Amino acid sequence: MNSNQATPGLSFTAESLRKKFRFSEFFAEKLITSVAFLSIALIILIFFFVFRESLPAFKHRPKATTEQQKITDGNKPESYGSSGTEAGSPKPETHYGTGASAGENKPETYTGSEPAAANKPESYGLVKDTSISADEVNQDESLRPSSGQESEGTLSSLFSNEWFPVSDNPRYGLIPLFVGTLKVTLIAMLFAAPIAIFAALFSSSFAPAWLREWIKPAIELLAGFPSVVIGFFALMVMATFLQNLFGYETRLNSFVGGIAMALAAIPVIFTITEDALTAIPASYKEASLALGASKWQTAVFVTLPAATPGIFAAVLLGVGRVFGETMIALMATGNAALSGLNPFESVRTLAATIGAEMAEVVFGDMHYGVLFLIGSMLFIFNFSINAVAEFYVKGKLVKKIQGK
Amino acid sequence: MKIRLKNKIIGGTVTAASALSVILILGIIVIMLVVTFIGGKDTLTWKFLTTFPEEGMMKGGIFPAIYGTALLVIIMSIAAVPFGTITAIYLTEYAHEKSWIAQTIRFAVRTLATVPSIIFGLFGLGFFIKFVGAGMDNWFLGGHLKWAQPNLLWGSLTMALLTLPVVIVSVEEAIRTVPRELREASLALGATKWQTIKRVVLPGSVSGIMTGTILAVGRGAGEVAPILFTGAAYYLATLPTSVSDQFMNLGYHIYVMSTQSANVDQAMPIQFATTLVLLMLTFSLNLTAVLIRSRLRRRMK
Repeated sequence: MNSNQATPGLSFTAESLRKKFRFSEFFAEKLITSVAFLSIALIILIFFFVFRESLPAFKHRPKATTEQQKITDGNKPESYGSSGTEAGSPKPETHYGTGASAGENKPETYTGSEPAAANKPESYGLVKDTSISADEVNQDESLRPSSGQESEGTLSSLFSNEWFPVSDNPRYGLIPLFVGTLKVTLIAMLFAAPIAIFAALFSSSFAPAWLREWIKPAIELLAGFPSVVIGFFALMVMATFLQNLFGYETRLNSFVGGIAMALAAIPVIFTITEDALTAIPASYKEASLALGASKWQTAVFVTLPAATPGIFAAVLLGVGRVFGETMIALMATGNAALSGLNPFESVRTLAATIGAEMAEVVFGDMHYGVLFLIGSMLFIFNFSINAVAEFYVKGKLVKKIQGK
Repeated sequence: MKIRLKNKIIGGTVTAASALSVILILGIIVIMLVVTFIGGKDTLTWKFLTTFPEEGMMKGGIFPAIYGTALLVIIMSIAAVPFGTITAIYLTEYAHEKSWIAQTIRFAVRTLATVPSIIFGLFGLGFFIKFVGAGMDNWFLGGHLKWAQPNLLWGSLTMALLTLPVVIVSVEEAIRTVPRELREASLALGATKWQTIKRVVLPGSVSGIMTGTILAVGRGAGEVAPILFTGAAYYLATLPTSVSDQFMNLGYHIYVMSTQSANVDQAMPIQFATTLVLLMLTFSLNLTAVLIRSRLRRRMK
C-alpha cells in the first residue's frame, strides 16, 4: 500500500502480482497437455485393440470342436468341411471359416448342458504364453477318449510344427514361423551389427571432423530408403547375385532375406552406436592418449568398452527393427513355413505371415484371431526390447560415465 | 620392437576394417541407387508418370499410384503435424524435464517410433475400421456399410500414427534451438506464456516443423505395411474421389507387381521405373530434411 503512494501508477500489491486467470491461457495449456497424452493413449490403444482382435483365437476351444465332432458322430473329419459348404460359402478358402463359425455357436449349447465348461476359456486364456500349462495337457487328455484324433485348428495346435491355415483341417503351428523369424534375425544381425559398429567407430574415432559431417547424414539416408525398395532390390538383384555366388537351390531364402534386412538395421545400429560413442567424455580419451596409447588403442580399449551399454541398446533396437520388418520378409524370404535350420532354405517370418494372410481371412474367425495374436506378440516383444534399451541400458550408461 | 610391430598391425587392421565398413555401407547405397536408375531410366517418361496402367499393369503408367500416394501423405500430414507439434510444445515448454509425465510421454513416443509398421496396420484394421468405422456405420448410416472397410481416410490416419514420432522429435529439436533469451525478453515485456509460444517460439521453429513434415512425408510415402489392409488397392480404374474410397499407392504397386504379377519378367521395366520414382521421391525428401537439419544444428552451435 505504501508503494502505491510512493509511485503512483505502479501498484505492486500481493493482489496485483498474483497471476491473473486468463481463459485463453488456461485453455491452451489444458489442450496442449491433453494432446500430449495422446502418445501414451496410443500405446495403450494399440495394445488393447490388437489384443482384442486376437480374442477369436481363444474362442474356439478344443472342447467345442470335440463336441461338434461328437454330434457328427461316425462321420469322417471331411464332413466338417462339407458342413461349411452347406452353409453356402462359395469360396473354398472360407471352408474353415464357416466351419469355425459353426463352432462358435456350439459353446452356448455346451455351457447349457455342462456349466463346468464355462471356466475353461479363462484358464485357456492363460495358456497363450509359450508355456504349456498342465491345464492344456488335461484338455488334450480329455480329447482323446471322445475322438481319437488331435485337436486340429485349435489353440493347442499353436505349438505344433505345421502352419497350414488354409485347408479343410487348418493347423496354426507357430513354431516354423518363430524359427524362420529367429533365423532371419540372426543372419541379419550377424551382418549388420559388426558393420554398423565398425562404421560408427570409424566415424566417431578415426575420421577427421569434415569427413564425419558427411558420413553420418549419408548413412542416415539409408534409413530413409523405404523397406519395399530394399525388398525389391533384394528380390530382383541380390537374390540372383547371391545365388550365382553361392550356388544354393532356392533363390529366395532366409540368407537373402537376412542380408536385405541387415540393410534396414544398419542405420538404426549405426546412429545409436555413434551417439553412444561420441557421448563418451573427452577426458576419457585424453587420459588414454596422455598415457601414451595410440589412437586405435584408445578407440578399442577405452571408448568402445565405455559405450558398451549404448551399443547393446543399438543392437537390441536393430533386432526389434528386423523382427517386425514386413515388406522385406514378404518379398525376399520365400515365404514357406519351414522349420529347418539350413540358412539357404525358404522361411516365413511372423510379420510376413500377417502381411500375406490378413487380406484373405474371414473377419472374426480363428485364423484372423491367430494373426492378431501374432501381432500382439510382436508388439509385446518390441515394447519390451524398447523398455530394456531405454531404462536398463541408459541407467547403466549414465552410471558408467559418472563413474559410480 | 616386436610388440610395436604387432600393435601397428592390429591398429592398421582395426582402422582399415572400420573404414571398410563405412565404404561398404556407402557403396551399397550407391549400388542401389545406380541399379534402380539403370533399370528404370528407359521406362521413366513423362507419359509413364501421367497415364493409367494398361493391359493388366503390364504396360502404361503409374499415375493413379502417384495420385493415391500424394493424397495419402497430404491427409497424413494434416493429421500428424499439428498433433506432433503440440506434443513437442508440451514437452519443451510446459512439462518439467524430470517429471514422470514428460518421461512417460517421451518413452511412449520412442516406443511408437520402434513399433513395427505392420502392427500399425493391424491397429488400423482393429481400431479405425472395425471399431470407429463400424461404429460410425451403425450410428449414422443405420448399418449401411461405408466406413467399416479399408479406405483412404483410415489408411492416412494409420500412417499418421506411424509418422507422429518423426514429427515430434524434429519439432522438439527445433524448439530447443530457439534461444532462451528470446523467450525471456517476450515474457519480460508482459506477454503471457501462450503468447510467447505463439509469437516467439513457433515462428522460430518453423524450419523444424518443416523438417519434421518432410521427413514424415518421406516415411509415409515409402511405408507399405500399414496400408496393406487399411486402404491400398491392387488396381483401380478410377481415381479416388472421396476419403471413403480405396486408393493405389506407389510402394504397394511395387510390392504387388514384383510378387503377384502374371509375368514378372515382362513387367520388370515398369517395376524398376516405379521403384525409381519412389526412391527418388523419398531420397530427395530425406536429403532436403538432412540439409535443413544440418543448418539447424550449425545454428545451435
